[in-house]
Formats: sequence, C-alpha cells, structure tokens
Amino acid sequence: MKLPASWLDFLPALPEIVLLAGACGLMIFDLYAKKENRAGSVLFASLAVFAAALATLFVLFGSGGQLLYAFNGLFVADLMSHVLKLGAYLAVSLALVYSRQYMLDRGLLKGEFLTLLLFALLGMMVMMSANSFLTVYLGLELLSLCLYAMVALNRDSAASTEAAMKYFVLGALASGLLLYGMSMIYGATGTLAIHEVARQVANLATHATERTFLVFGLVFVVAGIAFKLGLVPFHMWIPDVYHGAPTAVTLVIGSAPKLAAFAMAMRLLVNGLLDLAADWQQMLVILSVLSMALGNLAAIAQSNLKRMLAYSTIAHMGFMLLGLLSGVVGGNWLNAADAYAAAMFYTLVYVLMSLGAFGMLLYLSSKGFECETLEDMKGLNRRNPWFAFIMLLAMFSLAGVPPTAGFYAKLSVLSAVVAAGQIWLAVVAVIFSLIGAFYYLRVVKLMYFDEPKDATPVEGDRDMRVLLSANGLALLAIGIVPQPLMWICYVSIRSL
Amino acid sequence: MDDVNPAPMTHTVPLLSLAIWVPILFGLGVLATGGDRNASEQRWLALAGAVTGFLVTIPLWLNFDLGTAEMQFVEFTPWIAQFNVNYHLGVDGISMLFVLLNSFITVLVVVAGWSVIDTRVAQYMGAFLIMSGLLNGVFAALDAVLFYVFFEGTLIPMFIIIGVWGGPNRVYAAVKFFLYTLMGSLLMLVALLYLYGKSGGSFAILDWHALPLPLGVQILLFFGLLLAFAVKVPMWPVHTWLPDAHTEAPTGGSVVLAAILLKLGAYGFVRFTLPILPDASRELAWLMISLSLVAVVYIGLVALVQTDMKKLIAYSSISHMGFVTLGFFVFNAYGVEGGLVQMISHGFVSAALFLCVGVLYDRMHSRMIADYGGVVNTMPKFASLMMLFAMANSGLPATSGFVGEFMVILGAMKANFWLAFAAATIMVFGAAYTLWMYKRVIFGAVANHHVRELKDLNGRELLVLGLLAAAVLAMGVYPLPFTEVMHASVNELLRHVAQPKI
Repeated sequence: MKLPASWLDFLPALPEIVLLAGACGLMIFDLYAKKENRAGSVLFASLAVFAAALATLFVLFGSGGQLLYAFNGLFVADLMSHVLKLGAYLAVSLALVYSRQYMLDRGLLKGEFLTLLLFALLGMMVMMSANSFLTVYLGLELLSLCLYAMVALNRDSAASTEAAMKYFVLGALASGLLLYGMSMIYGATGTLAIHEVARQVANLATHATERTFLVFGLVFVVAGIAFKLGLVPFHMWIPDVYHGAPTAVTLVIGSAPKLAAFAMAMRLLVNGLLDLAADWQQMLVILSVLSMALGNLAAIAQSNLKRMLAYSTIAHMGFMLLGLLSGVVGGNWLNAADAYAAAMFYTLVYVLMSLGAFGMLLYLSSKGFECETLEDMKGLNRRNPWFAFIMLLAMFSLAGVPPTAGFYAKLSVLSAVVAAGQIWLAVVAVIFSLIGAFYYLRVVKLMYFDEPKDATPVEGDRDMRVLLSANGLALLAIGIVPQPLMWICYVSIRSL
Repeated sequence: MDDVNPAPMTHTVPLLSLAIWVPILFGLGVLATGGDRNASEQRWLALAGAVTGFLVTIPLWLNFDLGTAEMQFVEFTPWIAQFNVNYHLGVDGISMLFVLLNSFITVLVVVAGWSVIDTRVAQYMGAFLIMSGLLNGVFAALDAVLFYVFFEGTLIPMFIIIGVWGGPNRVYAAVKFFLYTLMGSLLMLVALLYLYGKSGGSFAILDWHALPLPLGVQILLFFGLLLAFAVKVPMWPVHTWLPDAHTEAPTGGSVVLAAILLKLGAYGFVRFTLPILPDASRELAWLMISLSLVAVVYIGLVALVQTDMKKLIAYSSISHMGFVTLGFFVFNAYGVEGGLVQMISHGFVSAALFLCVGVLYDRMHSRMIADYGGVVNTMPKFASLMMLFAMANSGLPATSGFVGEFMVILGAMKANFWLAFAAATIMVFGAAYTLWMYKRVIFGAVANHHVRELKDLNGRELLVLGLLAAAVLAMGVYPLPFTEVMHASVNELLRHVAQPKI
C-alpha cells in the first residue's frame, strides 16, 4: 500500500484516530437516533470499537509487529500496546453488551454513557501507547475525567454522587502527585520523552545527588501509579466507587482501566526508570504486601458483593505487582521479560475474571432490583444451574484454583517471584490467597448449598447470555490451554 | 537425566489419557442432560461412563511389565512452552494400581447412589465422574504442574458433593475441607516452583529425582511438601477436617474420600518426598514415625469412644493411614510395600464400611450407634457382609487388611523392635473399636421398632458390597498379583532413597 510520507506519521495512531472519529460521530448520531432503546447508538458504539480493533490489527500486521513512533516520538505503537488495546476493546465491547439492559431498565442508557465510554477507551489507548510523560498524563486525564462523570451518571442517587465526588477529589490528588513526580524527574533529566529519560537516568543513577533527586520524584510517580491500580495505601476510593457507581459503570472501571494502569506502570517504571529498579521494587514490595493483606482481610467482612469484589481487586492488583517487582535481581535482568510477561498475563486474566463476575451481577439484576449483596446469590443453582456454573468458574478462577485461568496467572507470577529468590514473598502471597479463597468459596456456597429466596428462574437477553457464557468458559479454556495467551504476553514484553 | 525423556511409544492407544478423559467427558455429558426429569437416563449414562472408565484401565494391569521400574504407558505432549510444562503421563508399580482402584470405586459409587440420590442427580453423578478422571490424572501425572492441577482440581467437585448432598452441618465441613487442603497445597506450590528454578527450568518429577540439593534446602522443601501431603493423608495433628468431612458427606462422598482422596497424600510421599528429598526424609524420619505412631495409637483410642458410626470409621481411617506413613519411613521393602498394600486394602475396606453405614442410614436416617442394636435379626445378609469388613478393618488374616499391616509390622521390626511393638497395637485397638461397634449395632436384642422394620439388602446393595467382599478376600488370600506389580518400583525407590544426594 502506497501512502504519502506525511500520512505514514499518523499511521501508528490509526486506531486512536478511528475511535476518536467514532466517538465524535456517536455524539451527533445519538441526537437523531431513536430514543426508546437506543439500539442504534449501542450498535454505533460497538461498530466504532470494532473499527478501532480492525485498525489496530491493520497496524499490527502492516508493521510486522515492529516499533512505530508517531508525533515526534510522543506516541509509540509496539506489540505490548497492540495486545493491551485489543484486550481493552474486548473488555469495552463486553461492557457494552452486559450493561445495555441494566442501564436501559434504570433510564441511564443515554448517549452520554456511550460517548463517555468511548472517550474513556480512547484515554486508555493513549496511555498504552504513550512514549512521553506528557502523553501518559493526557491519556490518564482523559480516562479519569470520563470515569468520574460515568460514576455520577445516576445523579439522583446519593451513593453515586458521593462516590463520584470522592473519586474526583482523590483522583485529582493522585494526578497532582504524579505530575509532581514527573516534574522532579524532568528537572533531573531535562526531558519528558520516556526513552530519553531512560538514557539520562542510566547516566545519573551513579551520581549520589542526582540519584536522590530522581528517587524523590520516583516516590511520587509510584504513588500516582498505585492510585490508579488501587493499591494500599492509595486504595480508599476503590470500595466506595465500586459500591456507589451503577453496577454497569463498576464493570467498566473494574476491567479495561486495569490494563491501562498496567501499561502506565510499564511505560513509566520499566521503560523509563528501569535503572532505579532497585528503589521502586522495594516500594512495590510494600504496596504489594499491604494490598494483599488488606484486600483479602477486608473482603471477608463484606456483605455487599460489589464491595467484596472491590477489596478483591485490591488484593489481585497487589498480587499482580509481584510480577512487576521481581524483574531485576541484583542489577541483572535475565528474568525481567518473564516477570513482566507474568504480570501482564495476570492483568489480562484478571480483567476477564472481573468482567465475568460483574457481568453476572448485571445479569441477575432486573428492573427495580439490584443484585449486589451476598444474599442475592443464594440458591442460584436452583434458579439457573448454567449461570451458577459460570459464576463458579469465575469465583474459582479468582481464588486461583486449577483448572481455571486464575491459577496460571498466580503460577506465572509466583514463579517469577521464586526465580527472583524472594521465597518469603511467595509464601506471604500464598497465605493471603488462602485467606482470599474463603470469601470466593462463600459465594459458591451461597449459590450451591443454600435455598433461593425466590425461585423465579433468571432470564436475560440472548446476546448477554451467549457472551457471559463465553466469558466464563474462556476462563476454563485458558485454564486448559494457557499457552497461547502466555506466549502473546511473553512476545509483547520481549518487544519492548 | 536423559533416561526420563519419553520412551518410544510402544502402546499406540493412550490408555492413561483415556482413563482420565473418558470419565470427565461422560461427566460433562451427564451434566449437560439437564434437570431431574431425565434422572433415569442420567443414571444409566453415568453408569456407562463409570464402567467404560474402569474397562479402559484394565489393560494397564494386563499389559504391565513387571520387570522394570521405568514409567510405562508414557504419553508426552508439550503443554505450556513458557514454563516447560508438559502433558506427561506414565505409571509405575506404585501408581498403576491406584488408577484401577479409583476407577473401580467410581463404578461402585455410581451404583450405590442409584436410588438414594433423587435430587440433582445429574450434578451428583457428573461431579463423581469428573472427580474420578481428575484423580486418575493425579496418579498418572509425571509433570509437577500437571500433578498440581489435578490434585487441586479434585477439590472443586468434592467441595460441591459435601456441600450439596451432605448432612446438616455440611457447609462447615465443606469449607473446612477446602481451606485445609488448599492451605497445604499452596505451600507445596511454592516448593514446586523452587524446585523448578533449582532444576534449571524443569517441572518433570523424574528430573527432580536426580537433582542434588543441600540438606538445609531439602529440609525446608520437606516441610513445604509435608503440609500438603500430611493434610491429605491426614496425619495427626492436621487431621481434624476429616471426621467433619466424612460425617457430613453423602455416602458416595465418604467412600471416595476414604478410598481415594486420602491416598493422594500418601502417594505424594512416595512420588515426591522420598525420592526428591531422600536425605531430609532420613533425617526427619523420626518425626514422621512419631507422628504416625501418634495417629495409630492416639487416634485409635479416639475412635474407641465415638458414638457416631461414620466418625468412628473416619478416625479408624486416620489410624490406618498412620500405618501407611509409618511403613514408608522405615525405609525397607516390607515397610514400603506394606504401606502401599495397606493403601489399596484400606481403599476397599473403608469404602465398604462407609457403604455399610450408608445402607443403614438410608433406612433409619441415623448414624448413631445407640439407635441400633440387633440388626442381625432383620438383616442377616447385611450382617454377615459387614462382619467380613469389620474383620478386615481389624486386620484378621485372610482378609486384605492383614497383609498390609503384617508387612508394615515386619518392616518396623527390622528397624526397631519397640517400633513394631507400638505399631502392633493397631491390631488391638483396631479390633477393639471395630468389633465393639459391630457388636453394639448388629448383635443383641432388637433395640426398637425401627430396627424391627428394617429390610435386608436389595440386589443393588448386595452387588456393591459383594464385589468389595470378593476384592477384600482375594487380596487377603492371594496378595501376590498386587505385590508383584510393586516389587521393581519399590526396590528402585529404596535404592534411590539410600543414596545421599547432598
């Protein structure tokens, strides 16, 4: 294919351009579309995501998977960004299908929801492809602002507005911390471009004064990342936002943005500040252990399923960090690719599990009924054995029991930790996942061992039933054949 | 390490894969048949699956090469290349019989649950068939990750079985069972990952057998693995989940739990702990022997005072499994083979005793010894069969129970007289609690009108108990077919354990 040279500059950003056009188009289309069920707008949004996915595949195969830069190096399209973007498209498309009926029943399926969702996706994509501190920040803010608004979408609900307010205030604080950290590093290195930062840091890391300066900035950067991932002690927003937001929005927040946050951590810490690994790895150890401890212990005490899954997210992100923090051992990064690939695999699998679990809550909710407490899961096996089985797969996968995908996620991360020689950390991690297993088991117990409160069979729309089943079975399929996804993660980390 | 590479496939039929996947696929098929409307078809389909699953394991015994300690019927397919994990199956003289035992017991469980289970039949049968396949996988796996996946995978169906079809306190028992077992196996996972790193990136169990490890590391790994296996066996003091799980589980669940699941722990000792960590095993043999003796003696006494028949048999299981671990850690052929024979015998005997209690429970809905008395007057066939199993449980000669216990005591005698003396008390205690229970339940005057109205065994129950009785007697009278299978592998194991590999 022959294109003028100036066009080629934009080519790596083709998916973003397509999605932006789609999102703007949707704003206009929605004004003229039928308002009753907004089938047209949902279809439009889905097509926009699908077109972006095609564009990503086009760039991926058109470039043969090699690194492409755009906008004077502000933007990079590499294998990791392509894979994460494809994961994000999948998550957002599932979210569109899962949330349709739920939002419709509550009168929330407005053009705003769909448009904000697409812009949030755009923000994630920018974060995944960022190659400069500036681009990271732009993507992050685009994503966060959309999410704040989405949480507050149900503006008559006190819980939602309170959650949105908390999210906004804490999010703004975290953005401030991140920016402050970036400015420190800019001060030390004189550049915002991530590859340039990496080169400067390699030189400066040996000078004591500059190193102190860099580490000072690093602390704030790590705090910003920890906030986005929801790690203790920057986790306060997670339970309130997960609980307060409409479940469909919780599903969105709990899925694709984790991929973006993972990408941000990879770009900033690994691409940019790998020479300070000895410093940030120690910080991550603390964040990780605290998150696993608090997440798993607090989840036991929850009676609200959304809150329980919120704490479970905290614990899972802590577990995922174990992969990020075991890349460099004593200045040698032989295992680095394995470790980061393990973390990436963990994040992708987590997103799939989280979509399944929250999707089930949406499926069980109906007009005038919110399925969100543990009680609501009682006797699901009597009401609908198939979806009880799908939820069972999601729960055992979250608990990390083979033969589900969650087990291989834990296995690969633990293997990286053990390879890094941090046996004690692996032991701590398995002890906390044992504690975690308890509350996932409780859900299975309620579904299978208890009698239902009302024995009405559960019904839902067909698209959702098909996709939710596929989502649950994917957890089993990855559990039986984990090789392809692991390979993809490994290859994309290798290409960095 | 070259010898562990897959030998050229002599058997074109992947028998072990069939043993694993036939029950699982049938189980999924049964699950797919839906609700209780088709209960009758579901039962027949489940029976077909269980019988086919058993039939495909028979060639394993018929074609077994007695002369070698090598793995046989090996299958090897790469599975997860990133971690060098392979779908690597094979059996030797130690594991082969357990595959058969498990498939055999599954048939009995399906038959035994035929009319007793009338709600959610498909899920009940499906869970047992899937578990049967997973258990075969545990015994056949030669790759540590594969082993772990099967080992842990069995938790899910068992959790459901106890929790859905169990007794009044089933939820507590199911959760306790799950968390106890998971606790042990998660630490094992860390140990396995450590071995993976030490062996330069291999999960092949046979590679690890040859891996030199310093004593300190061996001891740490020993404790990492010990917890996983000790919980499963179960050894004192991590045995407390077992009486709960057994008491609350439905009859079929208790049977599989006692006959097969408990064997996973003991099997883990001979497949992992002894050959991979021989020096630590010798170093810590005193600990294992002490724990085993506590199980034999103390748990034997605990069994004596039980008022609930299922609890009594559960404690008797712990006591008998203590015997198995004792046999393994005296490091001679009598001890190890005796332990293995005892495992198989206990599979038959405990399964039979739980089925006997199940027969009574289905009629009277009580497991309490005090509610019975004089059953022999109304159920003579049942009483005579249960007599045989009670005798086997107390180790009477000419029953399978005697062979294993006698061999272990011989093995212990070679090691130390007092050890053998203490071990032999199982004969006394075992006879005491089993026969005393038998006397109170079966003999005496008819205790109440419920007992007077009891009906004797029906054809199906007679078939199940009759098959087990035949197995118990056959193994007791002529144990050679069982022991000759083990000889080569056990000798190789002992030769391996005797060599320090620090």
